[in-house]
Amino acid sequence: MIVEILLAFFSAVFINNVVFVRYLGICPFCGVSKNVSSATGMSLAVLFVMAVSSAVTWILYHTVLIPLGIEWLQTIVFILVIATLVQLVELFVRKFAVSLYQSLGIYLPLITTNCAVLGISILAIREEYGFLKTILFAVSSAVGFMLALLGMAGIRQRIALTAGIPTPFRGVAITLVAAGIMAIAFYGFADIDSTIMSLRGH
Amino acid sequence: MSTALEHFKRGLWKQIPPFRLVLGLCPSLAVTSTFLGGIGMGAATTFVLIGSNVIISLLRSLIHPKVRIAVFITVIATFVVIVEMLMQAFAYPLYQLLGIFIPLIVVNCIILGRAEAFASKNGAWLSFLDGAGTGLGFTMSLGVVGLFRELLGSGTLAGFHVMNAAFKPCSLMAGAPGAFVTIGCFLALMNFIDAKKGGNDDC
Repeated sequence: MIVEILLAFFSAVFINNVVFVRYLGICPFCGVSKNVSSATGMSLAVLFVMAVSSAVTWILYHTVLIPLGIEWLQTIVFILVIATLVQLVELFVRKFAVSLYQSLGIYLPLITTNCAVLGISILAIREEYGFLKTILFAVSSAVGFMLALLGMAGIRQRIALTAGIPTPFRGVAITLVAAGIMAIAFYGFADIDSTIMSLRGH
Repeated sequence: MSTALEHFKRGLWKQIPPFRLVLGLCPSLAVTSTFLGGIGMGAATTFVLIGSNVIISLLRSLIHPKVRIAVFITVIATFVVIVEMLMQAFAYPLYQLLGIFIPLIVVNCIILGRAEAFASKNGAWLSFLDGAGTGLGFTMSLGVVGLFRELLGSGTLAGFHVMNAAFKPCSLMAGAPGAFVTIGCFLALMNFIDAKKGGNDDC
């Protein structure tokens, strides 16, 4: 049981990393990775919203959409739920956690159009995960996002100090090329989970 | 008429997404491992872009500014559901190829960006042209990136084998590293062309 949970966590963080393997959340990955502190704020906000929204969309899908036979409305319902949730979270945090709002507040509105949040909610439905597995999946995917974002922020802080980058590559272009090299590193984790599973089988 | 044509042409070069207008990177990276994937994604996005631009432009006097984003998202999501069902019915292989990225068209910032920046301020005909131009530009970009990655990543062009037998496909190009590096290099190429031309003429 513990091994399965750890394996699912490890798989979502490293083997199927949201940014480098699933191609989700690239816009904030490029936009908010200029320094480590804003990257931390953004990824904490994503962690929170992703966990809550995947739980809420899972409940809605299984208690409203399936009984009524309107699964095809999934996309509209999910994006509206996420947009509403982000607003509610913003209001709640502003009211009850002022210091948290000061550090995370500006990132919250950006999360509505973060495709990782909608993407993880839809993936959890498509993979037919149970409720707890969905939350574990969302949290560990968000940790994977955090890892990618923090790594990129660290690299970009170094890049900013580097002279000699050709002018056309400055800005987003060099960020994408660096991300490509990071993605090669994540290739090293590919298929580790199936290897561990087969070893345990023996 | 010449100004109308300008709105159409703007998305094709001056503000071509995702290079000049750096939005919508997720689908650009995810589906361009083949030419067909790129073109299919571009076509689906163009459909949603034209539809949402026209509807939002027609509704622009009725939408209260405070709830405009929610209304925009609802209109866009409606068109995404339409395109999802159309592809499921008439282009099932493409539907499976694009997978989760079809519902994710709804969070493609290009569409919301055009709704906010153009369709909510201009008439239906101009918004149609703007949507068609931006969509066509996006399709062209994804097609070129897809062509390039497919050629190096699997040695084919739009599914046809064009490389000789000695060519070993570079699987890295078909995977995530190739996606990031290719888009990054195209972006740098566009910056280079801009710098050569001496400043970007404004739109």
